[in-house]
Amino acid sequence: MSHSQTASVRVAEHEVHHASPTPIGFWIYLMSDCIIFGALFATYAVLGGGFAGGPGPKDLFEPGFVAIETALLLFSSITFGLAMLQAGKGKRDGTMMWLMVTGLLGAGFIAMELYEFRHLIHIGAGPDRSAFLSSFFALVGTHGLHVTGGLIWLVTLLTQIKAHGLTTANMRRLGTLSVFWHFLDLIWIGVFSFVYLVRLI
Amino acid sequence: MANAQPAETFSPIFGRLTFEWIPVHEPILVATFAGVALGGLAVLALMTYFKLWGPLWRDWVVSVDHKKIGIMYMVLGFVMMIRGFADALMMRAQQAMAAGGSEGWLPPHHYDQVFTAHGVIMIFFVAMPFVTGIMNYVMPMQIGARDVAFPFLNNFSFWMTVSGALLVNISLFIGEFARVGWLAFPPLSGSSYSTGPGMDYYLWALQIAGVGTTLSGINLIATVLKMRAPGMKLMDMPIFTWTALITNVLIVAAFPVLTATLALLTLDRYADFHFFTNDFGGNAMMYINLIWIWGHPEVYILIIPCFGVFSEIVSTFSRKPIFGYKTMVWATACIMVLSFVVWLHHFFTMGSGANVNTFFGITTMIIAVPTGVKIFNWLFTMYKGSVRLEVPMLWTIGFLVTFTIGGMTGVLLAVPPVDFQLHNTLFLIAHFHNVIIGGVVFAVYAAVSYWWPKAFGFQMSDKWGKRSFWFWFIGFYVAFMPLYALGLMGVTRRMNSYVDAGWQPYFIVAAIGAVLILMGILCTFMNFYVSIRDRKQNRVGGDPWDARTLEWATQSPPAAYNFPFDLEVKGREAFWTMKQQGFKWPTENYKPIHMPKGTATGVVLSAIAMIFGFAMVWYIWWLAILSFAAMVGIGIAHTFNYKRDYYIPVDEVAATEAKGAAV
Repeated sequence: MSHSQTASVRVAEHEVHHASPTPIGFWIYLMSDCIIFGALFATYAVLGGGFAGGPGPKDLFEPGFVAIETALLLFSSITFGLAMLQAGKGKRDGTMMWLMVTGLLGAGFIAMELYEFRHLIHIGAGPDRSAFLSSFFALVGTHGLHVTGGLIWLVTLLTQIKAHGLTTANMRRLGTLSVFWHFLDLIWIGVFSFVYLVRLI
Repeated sequence: MANAQPAETFSPIFGRLTFEWIPVHEPILVATFAGVALGGLAVLALMTYFKLWGPLWRDWVVSVDHKKIGIMYMVLGFVMMIRGFADALMMRAQQAMAAGGSEGWLPPHHYDQVFTAHGVIMIFFVAMPFVTGIMNYVMPMQIGARDVAFPFLNNFSFWMTVSGALLVNISLFIGEFARVGWLAFPPLSGSSYSTGPGMDYYLWALQIAGVGTTLSGINLIATVLKMRAPGMKLMDMPIFTWTALITNVLIVAAFPVLTATLALLTLDRYADFHFFTNDFGGNAMMYINLIWIWGHPEVYILIIPCFGVFSEIVSTFSRKPIFGYKTMVWATACIMVLSFVVWLHHFFTMGSGANVNTFFGITTMIIAVPTGVKIFNWLFTMYKGSVRLEVPMLWTIGFLVTFTIGGMTGVLLAVPPVDFQLHNTLFLIAHFHNVIIGGVVFAVYAAVSYWWPKAFGFQMSDKWGKRSFWFWFIGFYVAFMPLYALGLMGVTRRMNSYVDAGWQPYFIVAAIGAVLILMGILCTFMNFYVSIRDRKQNRVGGDPWDARTLEWATQSPPAAYNFPFDLEVKGREAFWTMKQQGFKWPTENYKPIHMPKGTATGVVLSAIAMIFGFAMVWYIWWLAILSFAAMVGIGIAHTFNYKRDYYIPVDEVAATEAKGAAV
């Protein structure tokens, strides 16, 4: 066996410090989350034509409204980027300020989404109306739940940054939340194109 | 509840839970409950008498040690196997009796719950805990690590699995379980046809356990990628570690689909959505596609780590490196990819047309190629090796024979026209028991007998191990060969009774086989008892089998920190290299060892998750809201704890090592 000639085992001279597994672990989690969305997109693709005699996309979706919703979320990604830049410079207050702006934009997005859902249910286009609406509410609602989770996380992290500053642990958390936030933005671009835009053409 | 369910009522406090849902008029369940209650009380009393509550809590429940968690997974697997196997015996007895006009002893309402529970329990709460437990125990030590990447998450994953298992068991005594088969196809599993709490127990139990499985998958991938000893390249890892990596990739890629699918069915049932309903544009076949996109990789999630177990055992007991290491890795990777492009073979009869069926038939048959590569690698490892027929090796040879037969019947089923004949017959049942018992169960027994001396520091009884093997091996063939024959005669699965008395002799033989398997299980439990009783005579050192991989470089049982010093590794079979080099662990200059701290957060969160599941099953909305809020609150509170590690002082390391390391 060729490998046995070079094989060797010895005690490490210095204590081994593994790099934090959190970033890669969180990326793997995001990929699993991506597959949940994949299943929901697939469901929408298959069942999206099942109107059951009820309203379709052209009857329900308002391009202007969705465009503003989308803009809020996209801008929140930019502001999160600005927060990361401030954090990179070690500026706690700037970081917190941009995080708050991000949170407000995210909250605005959620508020608009809830308004849209309420409106749809009000006019009899709730998820129980047809398979199309079931898959619409499931896909968009799951994304909304993720953004809500992100907001709770953001507020939690703000408290922690205020209490402990930009420590290594908090920087790691900030990094993972940032990846999470951009990921949700990416998913939303899929939702915007695939659920709203394509169906309106 | 012989046939009818209690009427649906709703109260704001108890939801739809009423006293009528407690099955006091079912003699079988009352007797079971009495048995479980008495046994439980006896255990509680003994634990109190021997003052074991404190140690149980401190050393096990809140422990984040991957070895402890691995052992707890194995205990969960064996406990749930008793439940799942009791279901199997009940079914075999029913079908041996219910011929030619006889109705047997289980009415359909009960029988349907039994076969559903059997499948769900055996896959989710026996096989999954077993393979996760083995990966948890062995893999971190094989790569020279002190623990997994996320020790708290590991503890949490385990307890979430327990919560799911408990929810299934609660359904036995409060309410009922699903009556839909283990994959719960709609529209049968929808709200129109599955009324009552049974189907909801199914959904919430699997959803809660699924969270644990997904998180554990993420954890173990990150462990392999990030925690390896310096110098250990991917292509130098032991084969078992490779299979653990690939299995967890499959878990992370497949389980989210299960989560999504079950969530959609839950929305159908709870909120009147229309994904899988017959009306309003729903499509039940969408569920069947989605669930098998998870379900087919799932069977590889179960078998691939078992391939790893057999690889380690064959190599150790042949005193040779594994034959064709690289082909073994690539074959496993091929199976990983192929397992995602065969799902449609579970429903060729859907009617997708000849082209689609041909594609999936061919991809299915192609999987036999990498699997064949593995079989030959194991055979060639044994060829000209000095083979020792110890108990783990017996299971391995039993596996090679049995799994090959099961694989060939699988290739038969992959031919779409054949499948149109055999779909949903007992031939299929015989096929997948042939691969799951011959593959997964044999591997688990092999793994337990192989790594037991490592985990506890003493050998298991050879005599009882051999008895267990022979009962299982012969029992399997007696129990399942008749099912192949019956399947070819056209006997469908899940039948409560049948008219043709000519089938009865086959069912009686199958029942006898199940009793032989029961003897095999009893021999294993006897083995546990005898081995623990005689533990003082059977003490062993770190390396009782003359093995080749790093987990054997630790003490038996390993210290909490696994290795007294960090290692730098070059090449494969690191422990074998150490022995060739005459490696000795230094006995001085110990350094404090950095370790994660135990925490009760995992078990508390999981207990609340179980309460949440129970509340959702019974529509107890206030409790559901309360418990969900509690979970979120405790989860957030946990993130405010920044002190999650500690150092084992030098004195303690020195004292532990003075007891003697392996090399």
